[in-house]
Amino acid sequence: MASAIVAQEPASAFVTSAPRRAQRAARLRKLDRPVFAHRGLPYLLVLPQLLIVGAFFLWPSVRAVSEAFQQTNAFGLGARFSGLRNFVDALANGTYLQSTEVTLVFAFLTTVLSMAIGLFLSVQVDQTGRSRPIYRTLFVWTYAVPGAIAGALWLFLFQPDLGPGARLLADIGVRWNFALHGDQAMALVVALTVWQQSAYNFLFFTAGLQGIPGDVLDAAAVDGAGGARRFWRVTFPLLAPVTFFLLVMNVLYAFFSSFAVIDIVTQGGPAGATNTLVYQLYRDGFQNADSGIAGAETIVLLAMAALLTAAQFRALNRRIHYR
Amino acid sequence: MRPTRGAQMGRHIVLLVAAALFATPLYLALVAASLPASAFLRGVPTAPGAQLAHNLWQVMVHGLPNSPPVAQLMASSAVMALGIAVGKLLLSVPVAYAVVFFRFRGRALAFWLIFATLMMPVEVRFFPTYQVTVQLGLLNSFGGLILPLVASATAVFLFRQFFMAFPLDLADAARIDGVGPLQFLVRIVVPLSRPMLAAVFVLEFIYGWNQYLWPLLVTSGGRDATVVMGIREMISAAQSFAVPQWDLIMAVSLVAMVPPVIVALVMQRWFVRGLTAGIN
Repeated sequence: MASAIVAQEPASAFVTSAPRRAQRAARLRKLDRPVFAHRGLPYLLVLPQLLIVGAFFLWPSVRAVSEAFQQTNAFGLGARFSGLRNFVDALANGTYLQSTEVTLVFAFLTTVLSMAIGLFLSVQVDQTGRSRPIYRTLFVWTYAVPGAIAGALWLFLFQPDLGPGARLLADIGVRWNFALHGDQAMALVVALTVWQQSAYNFLFFTAGLQGIPGDVLDAAAVDGAGGARRFWRVTFPLLAPVTFFLLVMNVLYAFFSSFAVIDIVTQGGPAGATNTLVYQLYRDGFQNADSGIAGAETIVLLAMAALLTAAQFRALNRRIHYR
Repeated sequence: MRPTRGAQMGRHIVLLVAAALFATPLYLALVAASLPASAFLRGVPTAPGAQLAHNLWQVMVHGLPNSPPVAQLMASSAVMALGIAVGKLLLSVPVAYAVVFFRFRGRALAFWLIFATLMMPVEVRFFPTYQVTVQLGLLNSFGGLILPLVASATAVFLFRQFFMAFPLDLADAARIDGVGPLQFLVRIVVPLSRPMLAAVFVLEFIYGWNQYLWPLLVTSGGRDATVVMGIREMISAAQSFAVPQWDLIMAVSLVAMVPPVIVALVMQRWFVRGLTAGIN
C-alpha cells in the first residue's frame, strides 16, 4: 500500500513462484507443532501491540458507532438515541452526494492515468538493458515526496498569473484559474496525484516484469510474435495479478490518502468541485463540529475501506503462476 | 530477437523526455528557491540564481511569520518519523515471533485483530481517534503524535512471512542446547532479520515523515509541529505578502522532501529485489 512505501504502507510479497509456494506450504505443515512451549511469554509478546490496537482502533470504532446513532442537542449537552437519523442526514445531504461523485471521478482518473503511465514506463525501461537502474531512479523518486509538499510544488507551478505552468497554459489560450473553475481544480489535483502515483505503479510493474522468466518471452519471439503482440498476448496477461493489486491500491489511495493534496491545493473547492469524502468528514467533524454526522460518515468510510481491503486480499492471494 | 538500434534510440529519447517532465516541478522549485521572490513576477526564469543558501538559511533559522523556524519543525518530524518507525518494529517483531514460534490460546484472534487494523487507515478513523486522544490527554505531545499511528498490520505480516521461512532446525538445535525463547529471539532471530528490519524501518520512516492529517489535528502548530503539516500555515503566510514569498516556500519544500526521497532512493534496489523474490 502506498502509504507504501508510503503515505499508505505497501503490502508486498505478492509475487511468488509456484515452487516457492509448495515449499512454504510444507513449512507451514511442519510449523503446526509449537517450537517453544511457554505459557505466559507469547501473551506478553502480543500485549503491547494489542493495547495500541484497543486504544486507537477498537475503542474509537465503538465510539464512532455509538455517536452515529446519537443526536447531541444544540448546546452540546446531553445526547439521545436517534436511530438512523445521522445516516439519513449525512447521505441525503446534497454535499455528501456531490462528495461521493467527486471521489469516484478522482479515483477513476488517477487510477487509470497513473497505472497506464506506470506500465508504459516500466515496460520501456525493462528493455533498456544496462541503463535500467538509472531510469529506475529517475522515475521512482516522486513517490517518496510527502503529499503536502507535492501540493506546495504544484500550487506554485499553477498559481494563476504567476506560476510557470499557469503562464504556459495562458500562452496557449487557456483561461486558467483553478480557484474559480471546478474542472481546472480537479484537473490540477488529478495531475499532481498522477505525478506521484505513477512512480508507485512503475515500481510494482517493474518488480512484476522482472518476475517473468525471459524464456517465456523468447519462446513467443521464436514463434514469430512481434513486439506489440508479444506484450498484449504474453506479458500483459502475466502481469494480471500485479495489475489487480495496483488497481485496488490506487483506488484506496485516491479514496483515503489524498487529503493532504486536497487540503493544500484546493481545500475542496471551488464550490465543492474537489471535496472528497474524507475532506467532507474533516469539515463535518472539525469545522462544523457535528460528532453525530461525523460518526455516521466514519462508519460509511470504514465500510468502504473494509470492502477495498477485502479486494486487496484477493489480489494478494492470487499469486502468479508462470509455469 | 534484438531490437534495432533505431528503436532503441527512440526508446531512450522517449524515456529521457518523460524523466525530464517528471523532474520539472522539482527543477522549477530549485530555480524559485534560488531567486528573489520578485523574479517570477515578470516571466519564467529558467536558470537558478545565487540566493539558494540565503533562502535556506532564512527559513531554517528564522522561518516564516507565525511559524517556528524550519530547523525546529524538521527536528519534530525526525522525532515523529523515528518514533513511528522504531515503535512499529518494537511492537511488530514480538507479535510475529509469538505467532510463528508459539502455539497459544487466542493466537489466531490476536493475529486477526491486528490484521483488521489494515482496514482502518488513519484517514478513515481520524475523527473518533482524535476524540480518544483528547480523552487520554495526549494532545500536543509526541505521544499523541506517535502512539495512534504505531500499530502496524503490514509490519506484523511481513515479519510473519519472514519468520515462517526460518530454518526450523536452528530453533530445534537452540532448544536442545537449552537456549530460552527470549534469548533465541534476541541473539539469533533479530540478527538474522537485519535486512528485513532495515527495509521495514525505511518503509515506516517514510510513512511517518509524510504524515499530514494527523499532526494537523493533534499538534495545533506548537513546539511539536512537523514540517510537512507546517507547510500549510507557511503558504498562507507567504501569500499575505505584496509579493508572495514563493522563494521561501520552495526552499522549505526542498528541505522537507530530502529525507524521505534520499531514503527511498537508497533502498530502491533492495525494494524491487525483495518484491520480485517474494519477501521470505
